[in-house]
Amino acid sequence: MKFIDEYQDNKLAQGLARKIAKRSIKTIRLMEFCGGHTHAILRHGIRQLVPGTVEMKSGPGCPVCVTATADLDKAIAMAQLPHVIITTFGDMVRVPGSYSSLQNAKAAGADVRVVYSIMDAVEIAKANPEKSVIFIGIGFETTAPTIAASILKARQEKMENFYVLSLNKLTPPVMKALLDSGELKLDGIVCPGHVSVIIGSHPYEFIPKGYGVACVISGFEPLDILLCIDKLVEQIEKGEPKVEIAYPRGVKPEGNRKARRLMEDVFEVGEANWRGIGIVPKSGLRIKEKYERFDADKAFSVRLKPSKEPKGCRCGDVIRGAATPLECKLFREVCTPESPVGPCMVSSEGACAAYYQYGATEDLRDS
Amino acid sequence: MDESILLAHGSGGKLSHELVEKKFLPFLANPALSKLDDSAIFETSGRLAFTTDGYVVNPIFFPGGDIGKLAVCGTVNDLAMNGARPLYLSLSAIIEEGFLLRELERIVQSIKKAAEEAGVSIIAGDTKVVNRGQADKLFVTTSGVGIVPPGVDISGANARVGDKVLLSGTVGDHGIAVMSQREGLRFSMTLKSDCAPLNKLVSQMLEVSPRIHCLRDPTRGGLATTLNELARQSNVGIVLEEVQIPVKEEVKAACELLGLDPIYVANEGKLVAMVDPTSADKILARMRRNHYGKDAAIIGEVTKEHPGKVVMRTKLGPSRIVDMLTGELLPRIC
Repeated sequence: MKFIDEYQDNKLAQGLARKIAKRSIKTIRLMEFCGGHTHAILRHGIRQLVPGTVEMKSGPGCPVCVTATADLDKAIAMAQLPHVIITTFGDMVRVPGSYSSLQNAKAAGADVRVVYSIMDAVEIAKANPEKSVIFIGIGFETTAPTIAASILKARQEKMENFYVLSLNKLTPPVMKALLDSGELKLDGIVCPGHVSVIIGSHPYEFIPKGYGVACVISGFEPLDILLCIDKLVEQIEKGEPKVEIAYPRGVKPEGNRKARRLMEDVFEVGEANWRGIGIVPKSGLRIKEKYERFDADKAFSVRLKPSKEPKGCRCGDVIRGAATPLECKLFREVCTPESPVGPCMVSSEGACAAYYQYGATEDLRDS
Repeated sequence: MDESILLAHGSGGKLSHELVEKKFLPFLANPALSKLDDSAIFETSGRLAFTTDGYVVNPIFFPGGDIGKLAVCGTVNDLAMNGARPLYLSLSAIIEEGFLLRELERIVQSIKKAAEEAGVSIIAGDTKVVNRGQADKLFVTTSGVGIVPPGVDISGANARVGDKVLLSGTVGDHGIAVMSQREGLRFSMTLKSDCAPLNKLVSQMLEVSPRIHCLRDPTRGGLATTLNELARQSNVGIVLEEVQIPVKEEVKAACELLGLDPIYVANEGKLVAMVDPTSADKILARMRRNHYGKDAAIIGEVTKEHPGKVVMRTKLGPSRIVDMLTGELLPRIC
């Protein structure tokens, strides 16, 4: 048994695609919440495999993309403080803020370091006791447990120079905000796989119950996604929306209790500012008072000019699924991965980057 | 205590001479180099190919190779990709103060071994030492000359409609092997870099058929970027079959884990060839008899449609555009 090829098998995929085509009668609109799914869908050509009755929209599940410009400006301002080392995930350094980017701040002399894991940021703090090391905490329920663990480790080791700027966000509340806005009439949601490994399937229950929208949790291989779409179509055709797990090798209904306990110990739920969506109540994670000495927001004060969005950039609409990257005038013309205007073109989980990198052959006609 | 490189090793004085005589000459000696003249003189005739490349790989030692082997193979391969028979290399080393002498020796030995395998001599060299922090351990630059045999006309601009696209083996080995050792990302695996000189493989391919139109080694940016370069240079379209592209299980697994696509990951011992369709099977069979071509495959063909673009039929059947690598390869966050 190998462990990837089975999930990319051509015959099984074609079979599933036929099954979906046969089952799908109503014209429906699905949203894949997660940027990882958007990339897999475009990379494997899944949009072309599903019947014309199934419309796929990309959602806000890209940690870099949903970070509000004002929050990014704050991180850039912190990078310019004396004796500070900023640590962050790679994509973040390239996102343009209102006036600069972490990358530009670095070129101008700020100490900005890319890490692959927050534990590397902890190590950097240990190796540089004379500096303050700030980790820019982005991500959803996936990265939050490790960030919580790093704060616990820093406390245990009595570190006095390690801080987190917590910009972590929560998935179900923003799904609720999108559904409440009524901007997009959705029939089903391809729910995120990795987030659900942590939170399980129960937190999505309000979606079929309250909004009549089908929810199926999917893995990231092409067959996982096709299976998920098949289950969504089945639920919608039957008119029986519910929460299903189509990724049982990764997700248990109860999620990962230990990871959630870590999160709950360190963070409390508060409002968060989402790019393109705005302030969403109960959708962010703040560091609890008992750990406030690790909270960069409390330890460092920076003065910020009002934030502004890049002119013509439709990242906000793309994040909400209200526009596809192809509908943005800047896409491919002005905004490219080399000189990105908005975060969706920067991040390896961003929808614009996925559309740019894995264009469908239909797009050949436009070029 | 381990002996290390001092600034004085770059002063041009006694220590500089000692460094060359003790650490480089014993391994790389040949009549032209050993004279220690300001330039090397050699005789040759015919069309010459000439190339240069700088090597700054981090880490400098990685599974399956090191910066020395890479510096020899990279330049040898650049010559071979125009059908040239590599003859001579120059080698310039910029060394950071404090670099360990025994590590330097290890690298020079590896240079010797790679040069022997490729059948090239290093006939000119230079060393410089810079202050700590002004270079990252060791930077190497090599230049190379080679002879292009009569009748050989290989260029990135020569792909013709109908040509078959051949790939000499699995993609992504080098990039993943190096990434597995990188600070902050260490993961243990048995995978080795594919770093290798390909000039003999190219000679063997040319012996079987001269109808080789393009050759290129898909290094940084991976297979996808190289094929895009060739499609643009030759103004032709390329259609790939994803299922035909060989990828090692370890590379597949690491790529899935990190959210990378193996066709964008670097190689240092692979080549792609665009060859006349009537010669493709013969050339493929010959490639497979060489150790460095044992996993060779026909992965696609050159088309009239969509000039300048690469289109790939995915494993699942649908087609999509394959663009050049954009930005850096970064692991996903969530």
